[in-house]
Amino acid sequence: MTEQVESLIRKDYAAGFHSKIESDTLAPGLDEDVVRFISAKKEEPQWMLDWRLKAFRAWQEMEEPTWAHVHYPEIDFKALSYYSAPKSMADKPQSLDEVDPELLATYEKLGIPLHEQATLAGVAVDAVFDSVSVVTTYRAKLEEAGVIFCPISEAIKRFPELVKKYLGSVVPQKDNFYAALNSAVFSDGSFVYIPKGVRCPMELSTYFRINEMNTGQFERTLIVAEEGSYVSYLEGCTAPMRDENQLHAAVVELVALDDAQIKYSTVQNWYPGDKEGKGGIYNFVTKRGICHRNARISWTQVETGSAVTWKYPSCILKGDNSVGEFYSVALTNNFQQADTGTKMIHLGKNTRSTIIAKGISAGRSNSAYRGLVRINAGASGARNFTQCDSLLIGDRCGAHTFPYIESKNPSAVIEHEATTSKVSDDQMFLCQQRGLDAEKAVSMIVNGFCREVFKELPMEFAVEAGKLLEVSLEGSVG
Amino acid sequence: MLDIRNLNARVEETEILRNLSLRIKPGEVHAIMGPNGAGKSTLGNVLSGRPGYEATSGEVEFNGKNLLDMGIEERAREGLFLAFQYPVEIPGVSNMEFLKASVDARRKHLGLPELSSFDFMKIARETSKRVSLDAAFLKRGVNEGFSGGEKKRNEILQMMLLEPSLCILDETDSGLDIDALQVVAAGVNSMRSAERSFIVVTHYQRLLDFIIPDYVHVLAGGRIVKSGGKELALELEAKGYAWLEDEVA
Ligand SMILES: Nc1ncnc2c1ncn2[C@@H]1O[C@H](COP(=O)(O)OP(=O)(O)OP(=O)(O)O)[C@@H](O)[C@H]1O
Ligand SMILES: [Mg+2]
Repeated sequence: MTEQVESLIRKDYAAGFHSKIESDTLAPGLDEDVVRFISAKKEEPQWMLDWRLKAFRAWQEMEEPTWAHVHYPEIDFKALSYYSAPKSMADKPQSLDEVDPELLATYEKLGIPLHEQATLAGVAVDAVFDSVSVVTTYRAKLEEAGVIFCPISEAIKRFPELVKKYLGSVVPQKDNFYAALNSAVFSDGSFVYIPKGVRCPMELSTYFRINEMNTGQFERTLIVAEEGSYVSYLEGCTAPMRDENQLHAAVVELVALDDAQIKYSTVQNWYPGDKEGKGGIYNFVTKRGICHRNARISWTQVETGSAVTWKYPSCILKGDNSVGEFYSVALTNNFQQADTGTKMIHLGKNTRSTIIAKGISAGRSNSAYRGLVRINAGASGARNFTQCDSLLIGDRCGAHTFPYIESKNPSAVIEHEATTSKVSDDQMFLCQQRGLDAEKAVSMIVNGFCREVFKELPMEFAVEAGKLLEVSLEGSVG
Repeated sequence: MLDIRNLNARVEETEILRNLSLRIKPGEVHAIMGPNGAGKSTLGNVLSGRPGYEATSGEVEFNGKNLLDMGIEERAREGLFLAFQYPVEIPGVSNMEFLKASVDARRKHLGLPELSSFDFMKIARETSKRVSLDAAFLKRGVNEGFSGGEKKRNEILQMMLLEPSLCILDETDSGLDIDALQVVAAGVNSMRSAERSFIVVTHYQRLLDFIIPDYVHVLAGGRIVKSGGKELALELEAKGYAWLEDEVA
């Protein structure tokens, strides 16, 4: 049966098409002029350019990290293009009617219609295509509630004080190699601001799409939830199938002020490369949130795409009684590699964190969970619960767990549970004996394994995630 | 219904079933008894196509079709059902979801429309009541944390929902308390019909007091060494299997 399971993986990557959209793409290369070019394209104020240049200079002194359990050929950062925008965006469309129909068709094809009447009820979408945001829906309705949801390039101009105050406040420019690079060359992304006491009236979501060849995508997302506010935010990502590897290095910063709550969900489905491991996205992402007093940040991620994933959505639990959560499903197939996990940094008293990480490996893939739980001396009464489960499909894949625990406060309670299991022959046989085909059986077993994480996703996306898993697993049995 | 002719089968490298022949007509109930390790579970596994169990020669005809040519799920959809001696758990997959997917697969194969979730839930709740499983079991993971007896009743629940044409019950009675035994037997009896046949594997005559078989066979050393009517079970209960070895030899 092992061979049977092994060959069940993989159908064509459904989002792998390329749209024929004329674009303005900067020639490959990386120097200060590129940084200036991007800043000028975005008509940024001087302070923003200075901020970028500072990051760029810092980046030049930094080295690419090598500690993750992933292997890939050296990236030539000078061979990438750092800016690409659909031509039709040069004179910015004022409304959907002015957006290039080919672009709208692209999103339509991806299952994300951008016409408000056609979108999922109650979900506002910001669509980022290569380096620019092409459209943000439901803005008027959100503005009524005082919620700001716009491309970050626009926020820099319209809300400079907010951006200045919070940009880089959670992930400093020099935080790590990729964060520094992102700080220098980020092109677009979303900005969200929820005023004091406001419960955001709808789900917010950003959809990232890489279209151009040889372009890196460096988006930057900043979410600020004022005291007592609430927001649920979802990001999705896809890219065309190409033989070359493409780089995606995003930074996401979340600020949850006193009593605020931010729920951040990701369904990551970047092109994973083909069956032989050729092509695919390098997904090197820094995501971090800070929780003030009584605040709560939940990260939920379903990672099925990318050739290489390097990603640790983290929480700094600064305020007393704050809560950090991390729910993760990471599925790797064929030659994919993922090194993902979280960091929970407990600073305040009675801070609590929960980590539920589910890793699924199939084919010849490797997935690693890497998690840090740090309890500082002042964090009396802190608690952490970590559960880390790995599921193996076939016998040529690997799962690894690297939990790091640092506790400087004796009153802290830290629990860690870990399991590794296989999709068993007996489970498969039971399903098939009841009439389910092998593919359905595997996807059902895997979905069951992920249930605790899926139930944290907003309803519509839980269904999406289940389907995505099914598609990503296709070919792993047969 | 089922016609097994000179079936030889092996597990790994070991020959287990030897020249086994058995003919079951629609509506019949056949009990199979025999010592531990005789090959009773192997027979159910070979018939249902479990990987690792290989038929090396012989033929099996099921409802006019060549059973050994069919895939596992195809056999199931055609109406062959195996109630497991040791049901496995599938954590996180709700029993309801699993049952609905199975029933949908069978209905699709029969050219029937899928049941709506609402209708299915209604039927599933009623049926679970009939096997004395609280409706809460439908929401739990498949067999997840079920007691031994609950797992067995869950098998019968699946059988009742799938309405197979051939039901193979592998020691469904072992590990059941007296009440549960009656529940299971009542479930089976309620399903007996002129179109449906049963193979009931058991070690105990007790079950056959409730599910009265048309034939009793003794399987030993991979072949059927004796067949008879329901009285044979009583005789076996009294005498054990040793006397049969003389008959075989
Ligand atoms: N997967 C397997 N690998 C190796 N040997 C097996 C396997 N399955 C069955 N056997 C062997 O085949 C023989 C028949 O086993 P089977 O389970 O069919 O017996 P049984 O009649 O059902 O016994 P019981 O009454 O104990 O359930 C036994 O010797 C058993 O050890
Ligand atoms: Mg047995």
